[in-house]
Amino acid sequence: MLEGRAITEPLIRAENLTKHFPVTRGLLVGRTTGHVKAVDGVSFTIGRQETLGLVGESGCGKTTTSRLLLRLEEPTAGRVLLDGQDVHALRGLELSRYHTRVQAVFQDPWSSLNPRLRIRDTVAEALVVNRRVTRAGKLERVEEVLHQVGLPLSAAARYPHEFSGGQRQRIALASALAASPELIVLDEPVSALDVSIRAQIMNLLKDLQARQQLSFLLVAHNLATVRYIAHRTAVMYLGRIVEQADTESLYRTPLHPYTKALFAAALPADPDAPRDDMILSGEVPSPIDPPSGCHFHPRCPFAMEQCSRVAPELKAVAPGHVVSCHLY
Amino acid sequence: MAVAAPVVLDVRGLRAYLYTRWGVVRAVDGVSFALGEGETLGLVGESGCGKTMTGLALVRLLPEPAGRIVEGQVLLEGEDLVTKSESEMRRVRGRRISMILQDPQTSLNPVFTIGDQIVEALRLHHSDGERTLATRAEEALRRVKVAAPEQRMRAYPHQMSGGMKQRVVGAIAVAGEPKVLIADEPTTALDVTIQLQYLALLKELQARTRLAMLFITHDFGIVARMCDRVAVMYAGRIVETGPTRTLFRSPRHPYTEALMASVPSIEGQPPPLHDLPAGCRFAPRCAYVDDRCRREYPPIMPVGPAHEAACWRVEPSPSR
Amino acid sequence: MARVEERIDAGFVASTAAEDLARPRVRGDLARMPWVSLAIITVMVLGAMLAPLIAPHSPTEQSLPDKLRPPAWEAGGSTRHLLGTDVLGRDVLSRLIYGARVSLIVAAVALLAGGGIGLMVGIVSGYLGGRVDSFLMRVVDATLTFPTILIALLLAVSLGQGLQTIAIAITVLIWARFARVVRGEVLGVKARDFVALARVHGCSHLRIMAVHIVPNVLNTFMVLLTLHIGFVIIVEASLSFLGAGIPPPTPSWGQMVADGRSHIASAWWLSVVPGAAIMLVVLAFNLFGDWLRDWLDPRLRQV
Repeated sequence: MLEGRAITEPLIRAENLTKHFPVTRGLLVGRTTGHVKAVDGVSFTIGRQETLGLVGESGCGKTTTSRLLLRLEEPTAGRVLLDGQDVHALRGLELSRYHTRVQAVFQDPWSSLNPRLRIRDTVAEALVVNRRVTRAGKLERVEEVLHQVGLPLSAAARYPHEFSGGQRQRIALASALAASPELIVLDEPVSALDVSIRAQIMNLLKDLQARQQLSFLLVAHNLATVRYIAHRTAVMYLGRIVEQADTESLYRTPLHPYTKALFAAALPADPDAPRDDMILSGEVPSPIDPPSGCHFHPRCPFAMEQCSRVAPELKAVAPGHVVSCHLY
Repeated sequence: MAVAAPVVLDVRGLRAYLYTRWGVVRAVDGVSFALGEGETLGLVGESGCGKTMTGLALVRLLPEPAGRIVEGQVLLEGEDLVTKSESEMRRVRGRRISMILQDPQTSLNPVFTIGDQIVEALRLHHSDGERTLATRAEEALRRVKVAAPEQRMRAYPHQMSGGMKQRVVGAIAVAGEPKVLIADEPTTALDVTIQLQYLALLKELQARTRLAMLFITHDFGIVARMCDRVAVMYAGRIVETGPTRTLFRSPRHPYTEALMASVPSIEGQPPPLHDLPAGCRFAPRCAYVDDRCRREYPPIMPVGPAHEAACWRVEPSPSR
Repeated sequence: MARVEERIDAGFVASTAAEDLARPRVRGDLARMPWVSLAIITVMVLGAMLAPLIAPHSPTEQSLPDKLRPPAWEAGGSTRHLLGTDVLGRDVLSRLIYGARVSLIVAAVALLAGGGIGLMVGIVSGYLGGRVDSFLMRVVDATLTFPTILIALLLAVSLGQGLQTIAIAITVLIWARFARVVRGEVLGVKARDFVALARVHGCSHLRIMAVHIVPNVLNTFMVLLTLHIGFVIIVEASLSFLGAGIPPPTPSWGQMVADGRSHIASAWWLSVVPGAAIMLVVLAFNLFGDWLRDWLDPRLRQV
């Protein structure tokens, strides 16, 4: 059960986030022949000490969304507000401060750590770059966060290749925690890890959130992982959010046909589980040329005539539960 | 241990080691199982347990020169593949036993069209003319539910999605109409909705030709859906085998138990395959461990109908 | 092969890599080192550094009565001049030893300068991308189309002969090769998550280039350096051979080969000895570079 959400102004507010990547052709001079509409008008909020899960399959735009939050990409339209301030308009000291408030952990433990740096240098980087710290202060903080993630102090002086995948993700997490952030963007933090290790990391995350004022944006394709720690979940398809609700409501009563298909495809570890197979036809369309109207209509088993013409609005169907589908 | 249908693949005491600079990796260290016609056996375990190596060993595709089968038999319809020469194996691979791998990206040659690659596979097993082969190739594409096969024949791999590439890989694998198909994590790189399509396709292919499948995976959801029986591997050995339902409902080995738990919280990680402990290999992480476990490796014992486990804690009971 | 190894066990790889670095060197490792190449390189370097101490004669001392003596093992040779003398009676062995100095100095200067410039250009181009990258790579392309020796000759003619000129000429020739390869490596490193995370940590571009990019391309860079030593030595020798290199009387291997050309039928040792030296040294550096690349490579991939 997930309780204890603070009811205040949200920490993060994404308003109509849009990111279109131009597609160029031509050898010497590039002609723009189209756009990859990776993120197409996405809005959500994340409160303090809250976890928002962002689920979807490849090409849905969830990773690009997370990158927009981290300032790794500039939005084509829309804004991201941290405590009311436009994140992409920050400069100088405020930008520095932003970097201590928002951090990230990425999917691949084998690529997330600089093999040439000792653990303590990687972990303390956000601290060193944004704040004045003495050498002693830096080492102290490194020890503190290593302890928080369950790694021995001896790890600080070692190099990444001496650690396993699960341990590396812990180091990556320590690195994110060092500057005492308020939001950590977790992009598939456990999908590259073994099942038994996953649980350890997810428990650690849950623990850290309870003990510190931490919010998470959890981007994942594994629904079980998301269910475990997300308070609310949003489902994305081809750049748009098709459904968003409290996690339990979403998992108990998914409304959007794509959400239902997604849940049906998440095979339960139970041979006797009822098989409500919703096998979608066809492939995921290209984000360069998404289908007209509702993006999902070509594969939707419930598609109606208007679905190909008109894009459905994101409507509240129950308190805290929004869906964009003509069925509702 | 009894298997329902006629046995097509019988693996007995297989040991495959890798001789590396750092020592001997006992990747497959005494693996035995049987696979019946039309049956799907799941081979599960975490990374490093040796399941992929097992699959490669069966078709004699261990990485050279480090990999070697040091002991055991792999009986495909009674013939031991371990003793065959390389040229004999070439006739067997694809025709009688075939394999699909995890990454569709690297399974297909990027400089040849899909059609060329399927035809190449067919040519190895049929002595028809080019035109007939091309028709057969189109047929193969149709059988794996690739839309507009005539056009797809001329397409290149990079023009296709992951799911479609895996279908082509599947088509190539069954082109020779093998008796046994080894699928090594074929859907790990695919999205879940595509995975569902693909698994349904595999089931269909299997039903049509009574294909026996060894499904290597770490995903228990897939196991629950696809497999008739399951073998759980840990540190190079099989620790428990049994019918799917039985394994899920009443696992006997602590490792299987721990894996099955919906939120497993196992501390630690599997031992490195070149530095194995003397007793039970799961002992360092087992909640029920005692001295005997640390000293002696438990033999695999029957614990129920068609169900066996390698653990000192279980009481052997006769299997039918 | 790498992919299959990856699957053996992530933990296994990590633990064995640590063990590998921690444990003392095993006999097997020692046997695999490129002993012959290293020996040749060491001899050359020591010889060049200790030239005044080990050369039996001064390289410029003429002794006309002794001119054109064959090497010691031939009829008419003497142990005073182990490798014979040239047309002015100068000791070939001593000239060979002092000539090694010239080759090494030119190589060192040119590689440091050319390599250094190439490294910087490659990093900036690869990391910044976009128009900077396009522009710099066009410059690189243009440079690579220069006919090597021709440019060097032109420079020699316009700037005059001397060490400086050769160093400049060679620098101009090789920086582009380094830039191109380093840029490729940088593109690979840039794509790794720790670079994106560095940006998330708030690192400036400069810090990322210095702390994250450079250390991870150094291995490739070092291998490239070793593989180019041979090339540089040959270019210097070629220039000296063509008369555009180090001016006499300073001995240079290339020049020695050139001087011996007219006597090739009668006094073969004048050209063959320095020629053989060039060949041996270049071969040694190339083999060493190959070994270094192989030795560093699996470690890189493993990490």
